[in-house]
Amino acid sequence: MPQNADHVLDHLELFRGPEYQQMLAEKKRLFENPKDPAEVERIREWAKTPEYREKNFAREALTVNPAKACQPLGAVFAAVGFEGTIPFVHGSQGCVAYYRSHFSRHFKEPSSCVSSSMTEDAAVFGGLNNMIDGLANTYAMYKPKMIAVSTTCMAEVIGDDLNAFIKTSKEKGSVPADFDVPFAHTPAFVGSHITGYDNVMKGILEHFWDGKAGTAPKLERQPNEKINFIGGFDGYTVGNIREIKRLFQVMGVEATILCDNSDVWDTPTDGEFRMYDGGTTLEDTANAVHAKATISMQEYCTEKTLALAANHGHQVAAFNHPVGVTSTDRFLMEVSRITGKAIPEELARERGRLVDAIADSSAHIHGKKFAIYGDPDLCLGLAAFLLELGAEPTHVLATNGSKAWAEKVQALFNSSPFGANCHVYPGKDLWHMRSLLFTEPVDFLIGNTYGKYLERDTGTPLIRIGFPVFDRHHHHRYPVWGYQGGLNVLVTILDKIFDEIDKNTNVPSKTDYSFDIIR
Amino acid sequence: MSVTKTHDIAEIKARNRALIQEVLEVYPEKTAKRRAKHLNVQEAGKSDCGVKSNIKSVPGVMTIRGCAYAGSKGVVWGPIKDMIHISHGPVGCGQYSWAARRNYYIGTTGIDTFVTMQFTTDFQEKDIVFGGDKKLAKVMDEIQELFPLNNGITVQSECPIGLIGDDIEAVSKAKSKEYEGKTIVPVRCEGFRGVSQSLGHHIANDAIRDWVFDKIPADAAPRFETTPYDVAIIGDYNIGGDAWSSRILLEEMGLRVIAQWSGDGSLAELEATPKAKLNVLHCYRSMNYISRHMEEKYGIPWCEYNFFGPSKIAESLRKIASYFDDKIKEGAERVIAKYQPLMDAVIAKYRPRLEGKTVMLFVGGLRPRHVIGAYEDLGMEVVGTGYEFGHNDDYQRTAQHYVKDGTLIYDDVTGYEFEKFVEKIQPDLVGSGIKEKYVFQKMGVPFRQMHSWDYSGPYHGYDGFAIFARDMDMAINAPIWKMAKTPWKNVPEQTLLAAE
Repeated sequence: MPQNADHVLDHLELFRGPEYQQMLAEKKRLFENPKDPAEVERIREWAKTPEYREKNFAREALTVNPAKACQPLGAVFAAVGFEGTIPFVHGSQGCVAYYRSHFSRHFKEPSSCVSSSMTEDAAVFGGLNNMIDGLANTYAMYKPKMIAVSTTCMAEVIGDDLNAFIKTSKEKGSVPADFDVPFAHTPAFVGSHITGYDNVMKGILEHFWDGKAGTAPKLERQPNEKINFIGGFDGYTVGNIREIKRLFQVMGVEATILCDNSDVWDTPTDGEFRMYDGGTTLEDTANAVHAKATISMQEYCTEKTLALAANHGHQVAAFNHPVGVTSTDRFLMEVSRITGKAIPEELARERGRLVDAIADSSAHIHGKKFAIYGDPDLCLGLAAFLLELGAEPTHVLATNGSKAWAEKVQALFNSSPFGANCHVYPGKDLWHMRSLLFTEPVDFLIGNTYGKYLERDTGTPLIRIGFPVFDRHHHHRYPVWGYQGGLNVLVTILDKIFDEIDKNTNVPSKTDYSFDIIR
Repeated sequence: MSVTKTHDIAEIKARNRALIQEVLEVYPEKTAKRRAKHLNVQEAGKSDCGVKSNIKSVPGVMTIRGCAYAGSKGVVWGPIKDMIHISHGPVGCGQYSWAARRNYYIGTTGIDTFVTMQFTTDFQEKDIVFGGDKKLAKVMDEIQELFPLNNGITVQSECPIGLIGDDIEAVSKAKSKEYEGKTIVPVRCEGFRGVSQSLGHHIANDAIRDWVFDKIPADAAPRFETTPYDVAIIGDYNIGGDAWSSRILLEEMGLRVIAQWSGDGSLAELEATPKAKLNVLHCYRSMNYISRHMEEKYGIPWCEYNFFGPSKIAESLRKIASYFDDKIKEGAERVIAKYQPLMDAVIAKYRPRLEGKTVMLFVGGLRPRHVIGAYEDLGMEVVGTGYEFGHNDDYQRTAQHYVKDGTLIYDDVTGYEFEKFVEKIQPDLVGSGIKEKYVFQKMGVPFRQMHSWDYSGPYHGYDGFAIFARDMDMAINAPIWKMAKTPWKNVPEQTLLAAE
């Protein structure tokens, strides 16, 4: 009996004892109808081969371990970035349980969201009554300032009309006639979570700017000197938005952060649960129409939203999740150009410190090969950073990346000698990545938590940067944008590199001559 | 810690009744009427908890429930390790449930086992418009080519499948024939069916009946010699290894476990189960259906048991043994005696730190009642409990065997209700899920996830109880909870605030 009260063994150790090992071996032998171990080994080896890779890449229908989620997740992400706003998802209720769990597992925070709880009768008759009752209940219970409505695939397949439903609900008194209920159709079978983010951002801005679904006059734009800033769907939103606010403050830029979830996903533990915290005020959201420009940090998260801003006469600028020296330079210089505010010496010094840090450490990164996967913009931002570190982003993969995105990544490769042997993989999944890592090995893999399965199978060390990260804590609290953020990413990469060197040089009298205390 | 602790039962009941009235006030009239039926204060001697259950959630209230797909793919089928479970429809459902339930298993993932992988047909608009049957058929072909050691395939339907009129049964039959009788199971667990995960469990059970049991040829050669002591563990999902720390006890008492449903389970084990002499059923809610079916069709009796905490474990071991001869009965006594010193040591260590602490629960299938005994073994008291997706038979079992007079009962609790109840009752610990965890921790209340064991476990069996006790202690007695209040802010005595 291995268990004892003084040193309680949990699953990490308990089952390794002989009692359990024998029990599990017998279970397998007698009852599981196991495959011949030699055959398992043969297939395991075969799955590493170029031949398997070819079959794997010939897949036309099956998706295995994708690196993307569905539109409604992005919809919820966008909605909670506004002051006092509760996302209301019209469709099946199980979806909402999933989004809330997903965000809570990443941010380690509550994630509030309601559903219209449509069931079979609603599938037949439509979900109008669910909308009428649901809005009334949400309004009464959770006292939001705004309810942002999006959809699940169920509501989309049966063709529920959000505009008409919300109008009817207001007529029935579910919420006051002038209460803000922006909406967006967010079918799960189109695009991915970044599309859902875009649709809801556009829906909310349209609501405030263009006459609240025909219930108010459209706002007349009276251009001012402010700029709008949109971060996009970002696992680092807490640290990043705060860092961006600091940068704008240092520069003296007056900006409206459209969708600011840096507070709602980082509330204090002090005895009070804050269902709502921070967020872009509704007033600022409306007034954002008057801005001279709208800047997006993630082009592929904001294609429709930026088009809307451009149609309202804004200058628009889109970046690709800028990480590192050059990308941050470009971002700040563009902000400076648009606002006419000079970049202060303070930021030049921050820049110099990042350059200094890279110079100190680049010998350890230079020439290393990396595989990256994640959302399209994040992949671009990280690949650009690796190139400026003298590393090679050998495989760059985005399950939700388009052909246009792939061309942009290729152009980035072409811009650097370190990009010469790099390839981009739009629309592929992590099972494709597995074949890539076996057939064209790299030194490190950068991706989200699911990458740990690739690390286990291929032995490629995983550096966790992306969304979701469930199995490491608190990294979302630190920025990856700005020079400060670039430093964080640099250190994250370096820590893994040094850990690997130590791990590979620690066998006494065999390899430990290289177990250096100075690196 | 509890500042509102009161020991007078009449007082507690009055407080709880007032509390129910108070939370109902927030709702529009129609909703208040509906929700009132789900909330109650337990009266001693009643045969159930006096609440309505297993009916539709009210729209817009923030129910904690999931869907039928979650009940089938996430709970029943997902852990069957040597089959590939296709999340059929858009990408999200499979993504959010990917490896999230900690169903432990032994195998070479991606080669002969597939639990922690996400296989999906990733529906696009054209699949909705033109139907997804052809894509599904092609997906099965590609699975056969790339994962040749899979022992079977299931099709876990997401919402659109039933709405666009796809015929997944026809695809499954055709492909099964093409692959020489391969087990391919279509499951109609679209998320809009039923009112919670619960119907998904039932549909998944029925799918095993129709597409696994009924497909076994009558003349199929047995894979092993049966013995008089063969049992199957039904309704244990091996979360953090629960089924393993249960199995070891059954085997130590002389029984032979021929199948695990479904944690660390395999298709061969499902197929062998009709040869069991007894089905032992842990999660009644999710697997009573197949147990009843096997009783009717194969004459296999089934026996509910509870492996949380030494009192219930001993009771259960004796109950299971009562179906067998003296050899097994003696075996049960031997097992109980063997672990007694461990249990004594665990209780001696932790009970003094936990004595008198109060707990509020809100969980899924069996835990709102099953874990009560384990808390009581540690001297703790469960003062409120409720089921996400329980039925009346769950509440009957709860009332008859578990909860005390005056316990607050809340079925399909809403976010608002749960916060208010905790704010007013001020328990020392809340046990619920990931969506609730941070809400209560922000309020300064210690919390343990009672679905995933908060990434710990196992909690089943004697080995598991030691972990359970350690975890409850570390939650309640963590120094951090004394630091939640800002010292320089002169606030009135401990008030836990829910969101307004």
